[in-house]
Amino acid sequence: MVFPDRIERTIELAHPPGQVWAALTTAEGLGTWFGNEATIDLRPGGSARMSWAGGPTVEMRVERMEEPTVFGFTWPIFGLPEDDPRRTYVEFTLEPAGAGTRLTVVESGFAQLPDDAYGKAYDGNADGWARELAELVDYLDAA
Amino acid sequence: MPPDAETIAEQVFAALADPSRRAILAELASAGPATATDLAARLPITRQAIAKHLALLAEASLVTAEPGERRRVRYRLHSAPMQVAQQFLAALVRDWDGPLWALQKHLDGPARGPGTIPSHET
Repeated sequence: MVFPDRIERTIELAHPPGQVWAALTTAEGLGTWFGNEATIDLRPGGSARMSWAGGPTVEMRVERMEEPTVFGFTWPIFGLPEDDPRRTYVEFTLEPAGAGTRLTVVESGFAQLPDDAYGKAYDGNADGWARELAELVDYLDAA
Repeated sequence: MPPDAETIAEQVFAALADPSRRAILAELASAGPATATDLAARLPITRQAIAKHLALLAEASLVTAEPGERRRVRYRLHSAPMQVAQQFLAALVRDWDGPLWALQKHLDGPARGPGTIPSHET
């Protein structure tokens, strides 16, 4: 399959997992190396937000939190409408490697398709607009 | 079997590879539903060619046909397949190398430059 569903990177860091964990999961860390500002409610289901000066704001949802080895969150897929339910899942895995850390990041879910319910909701909405506009035309014609 | 993401994306990119079809889709996106006659009046494309392209676009579910005025078929952009193609592009523009490099710098030194804006929302 050519459609990329998954992106994976691994890097070796010269710092112990505890330090890497703090950089990944605190507002101070995320707001320094990743975004320009960040907030995070670090618990599964908690929300997090990163923003860039003069740029976008991204809303994330914490999904997994197993200190100091696994940190996972979902965030929106770039370019899809804001209310689209499709999101990609990002998972950081930290493994001790000597005195440092082997950090793996996997982002997956790019190839997911909207489920039937979503397709129906979407088309229903488009039909709804066409009907509303038709009713407006009738209303104006009758006036 | 319903089409998979790969098949849908392939249809979208094949449709977009042709300049006439791009013009038709762009016109429907910017000005809303239109008949083949409307499109022929607005675009430098013959009505015959427009009808042929619309049939192909409808086949790929990129436009939907609906009854219009005076028993003419009117075409409306169907954006769901474009959103699937958008996911493909989203994977290509995602840059993890930049942020991971910034993380490494952040851990290594006291110099704390701002993070790079990810391709996420630019």
